[in-house]
Amino acid sequence: MEDCLAKKMEITVSEAEKRTGRNAMNMQETYTAYLIETRAVETQSEGQCAPVDSLWRRYSEFELLRNYLSVTYPHIVVPPLPEKRADFVWHKLSADNMDPDFVERRRIGLENFLLRVASHPVLCQDKIFYSFLTQEAGWKEMVNETGFQLKADSRLKALNATFRVKNPDNDELQSVISHLLRVRARVADRLYGVYKVHGNYGRVFSEWSAIEKEMGDGLQSAGHHMDVYAASIDDILEEEEHYADQLKEYLFYAEALRAVCRKHELMQYDLEMAAQDLTTKKQQCEELATGTVRTFSLKGMTSKLFGQETPEQREAKVKVLEEQIQEGEEQLKSKNLEGRDFVKSAWADIERFKEQKNHDLKEALISYAVMQISMCKKGIQVWTNAKDCFSKM
Amino acid sequence: AAGGPKPLPSSGPKSLREMPHPLATSSSEEMGPALTPSPDLLLPRSIADKDLSLPNGTPVDTSSPASSSSLLNRLQLDDDFDGETRDLFVTVDDPKKHVCTMETYITYRVTTKTTRAEFDLPEYSVRRRYQDFDWLRNKLEESQPTHLIPPLPEKFVVKGVVDRFSEEFVETRRKALDKFLKRITDHPVLSFNEHFNVFLTAKDLNAYKKQGMALLSKMGESVKYVTGGYKLRSRPLEFAAIGEYLDTFSLKLGTIDRIAQRIIKEQLEYLVELREYGPVYSTWGGLEVELSEPLEGVSACIGNCCTALEELSEEMTEDFLPVLREYILYSESMKNVLKKRDQVQAEYEAKLEAVALKKEDRPKVPTDVEKCQDRVECFNADLKADMERWQNNKRQDFRQLLMGMADKNIQYYEKVCGTA
Repeated sequence: MEDCLAKKMEITVSEAEKRTGRNAMNMQETYTAYLIETRAVETQSEGQCAPVDSLWRRYSEFELLRNYLSVTYPHIVVPPLPEKRADFVWHKLSADNMDPDFVERRRIGLENFLLRVASHPVLCQDKIFYSFLTQEAGWKEMVNETGFQLKADSRLKALNATFRVKNPDNDELQSVISHLLRVRARVADRLYGVYKVHGNYGRVFSEWSAIEKEMGDGLQSAGHHMDVYAASIDDILEEEEHYADQLKEYLFYAEALRAVCRKHELMQYDLEMAAQDLTTKKQQCEELATGTVRTFSLKGMTSKLFGQETPEQREAKVKVLEEQIQEGEEQLKSKNLEGRDFVKSAWADIERFKEQKNHDLKEALISYAVMQISMCKKGIQVWTNAKDCFSKM
Repeated sequence: AAGGPKPLPSSGPKSLREMPHPLATSSSEEMGPALTPSPDLLLPRSIADKDLSLPNGTPVDTSSPASSSSLLNRLQLDDDFDGETRDLFVTVDDPKKHVCTMETYITYRVTTKTTRAEFDLPEYSVRRRYQDFDWLRNKLEESQPTHLIPPLPEKFVVKGVVDRFSEEFVETRRKALDKFLKRITDHPVLSFNEHFNVFLTAKDLNAYKKQGMALLSKMGESVKYVTGGYKLRSRPLEFAAIGEYLDTFSLKLGTIDRIAQRIIKEQLEYLVELREYGPVYSTWGGLEVELSEPLEGVSACIGNCCTALEELSEEMTEDFLPVLREYILYSESMKNVLKKRDQVQAEYEAKLEAVALKKEDRPKVPTDVEKCQDRVECFNADLKADMERWQNNKRQDFRQLLMGMADKNIQYYEKVCGTA
C-alpha cells in the first residue's frame, strides 16, 4: 500500500479551548480553538520518542483546508468535517456550539477528519495539508496564494438544483440516513425519560422505608439501585452519540460523493459546449470558404444586402476562424482527455471510498449492537440487585 | 399435639394438628393420620354461631375479651394456615359472559374445598357476579365491624374508557376477587362468618339476600352500634400510631402508583418511536446491497425489542398497578375501622363519665357501662390482632409484588439481549 502520511506521523486533536478575539469586522467574538499535536512515528531506538509538535486551529481554518482540497482534487471524495451546527439534537443535547459536550464531540470529529485525510493515498501528499498540521503562522496566506478560489466553480452551487431534479435516486440514500438520525434522536429522548422516571422510585422507597420495620432495609437499598439505574442512562446515551456521529459522517460523505459526480457532470457539460462551439465555427468557416450560406446569419444577410466582402476580407476571416478551430480542437482534445482522466481517477477513488465505508459502517453497526447488549446487561444487573433487596424485605 | 396447650372450650377454630384425639393415649404411635378424628366430633362452637351473638347481631366471643387475640397468637406460633393445616380452600376462576334482556354481565366460578363442620359438603361450585361479592363485603363489614375486611377491586369503571368485557380487565378483576376470598379464608374469624358460608355454598344467593333484608329491619340497633355520634377525646397511642402509619402508607403507595403509571406511559412513547426506527434500517438495507445483511439484522432486533417492551408494559399494567390500588383501598377501609373503634371507645367513656357524675354510691358498675367496656376491649383486641396479621401479609404481598416487578424487567432485558 502507498506510504500515506498517517503511517509516518501520529496526529491527534488533543484539546479544545475557548478563546475571545476580534473578527474581520473588528467585533468581539468567542470561538473554540483546537490543539493539533503531531509526532513522527519512528522505529523505536533506545525507546526514544520523537518530540511532539503542536499548533492551534479553529473550525473555520479546517473549513478552509477542506474547501481547498475539494477544489484542488475534484475527483476525490474528500472526507467531511463534523457538523458546523448541532443538528439532530434531542432535548438533553445542547444545540449550543459552546456546549462542552458538543465541543468534545467536535474535537473527536476533527481528529477523525485529519486522520482520514492523512490516510488517503492522494490527499496525504498535499503540501498545504502538511503545512496545516505543522505551520501555524502564515498558513492562511499560503492557501489563498494557491488561488484555489478562482478554480472553484461557482456554477456548481447554482446547478445543484437542476441536477437534483435529474437524479432523484442519489437523494434517496441521504434522505434515509437523515430520517434515521432524526428518529434515533427521538428514540434517545424517550429512553432517557423512561430511565429518569425510575429515579423517583429511589426517593419514595426511601420515604416509605422510614415507616416500616421489617421491610425498611430492603426498600431502602432497592431504592438506591433505582437511583443507579436512572443515572446509568447518561453514559449509555453518550456512547450512542458516538454511533450517531459515525452515521452523520456517512451522511456528509454521501454529500461529498455527490459533489464529485456533479463536478463530472459539469465537465461533461463544458465538453458538450466546447464541441458545439467547434462545430459552429467549422460550419462558418466552410460557408465563408465556399461562399454558400447554409445557415441563416445576420452577416450573410447584410453582405447580401450591402454587397459582398472582398476576397481579402474573406480570406482574413477564414484564417482567423481556422486558427480558432485549431485552438478549439486542441482544447476539445485536452478536455476529452481531462474528462477521461477524471472519470478514471474518480472511479478509483469511489471504489476506494465504497470499500472503506462498507468496512466502517459494518464496524459501526457491530459496535452499536455491542452497546445495546451492554445496556441490557447493565439493566439485568441493576434489577437483579433490586430483586435481591426486595427478597430481603 | 398431645403436649400442646389446652384450647378454650368456646374459642375459635383449630388446626387439625392441634386437636387431641379423644381416644389418644400418651404414646405417639397410636396417633396417625388414619386415627385423626373428623372435625365434626371435636370442633367447638364457632364464633360465628348465632347463639353467641349480642342482641344487636354482633357476634362476640363469650369468654374473656382477650381470647381471640391470644388464640391468634397461639395459631401464629404454629405458623398458622400453611398448606398442611388449612381446612378451607377457595378459588375464583372461569369468567363467563351472560347476555340478558336487561343487562350483560360477567359471572365467576367460586370453588370451595373444605373439611370444616360448618359446611355440609366437602366441595362446592357456584357462580357469582361482582354485586354478589360486593354484597358479601358489606355483610362482613356489618357483622364484623371490629375486623379489617379486605378490599374489593374498584366497583365503577368509566364506560368508554375501559372495556368492562375485555380479557385483560376481566382477568385483572378475577385475580382481585380471588385474592379477596383467599384473604377472608385465611382469617381465623371472618372465614367462619355465616354470610361467607352462604356465599360459598348457596345455589340461589338472591333468595338469601332478600331474607337478609327482612332481618335488617329488626336490627335497628346494629346501625346505632356503628354510628354512635360520640366524640373521642384522644386516641390511644398505639391506635394513633396505626392511623398515622396508614396515612403515610397510602400516601406513599399513591406516589408509587403515579410513578409506575408514568413509567408505563414513557415506555409506550418510547415504543412508538422504536416502531418507526426499526423499518428505516430495512429501507436503508434495500438501498445498499453490501450492507443489507447487518442492517436487516438491526431492524429485526429492534422489532423484537418492541415486542418485549409491549409485554413488559402490559404485565405492569395488569399485575402491578391493581395490587397497589387494592392496598390503597385497603388502607382506606382500615382507617374507617379505626374511626369506628374510636366511636366505641367514645361511647364507653361518655357513659362512664355519666355514671361518675351521679352521686349515688354504687358498688357495682352498671351493666350498660360494662358492656361498653367489653366492646372497647374486644374491638381493640380484634383490631390489634388483625393489624399484626395485616402487616405480615402486607410485607409478603409487597415482597412478592416488587420481586415480580424486578423479574419482569429482568426478563425484558434478557429477551432483548438474546436477539441483539
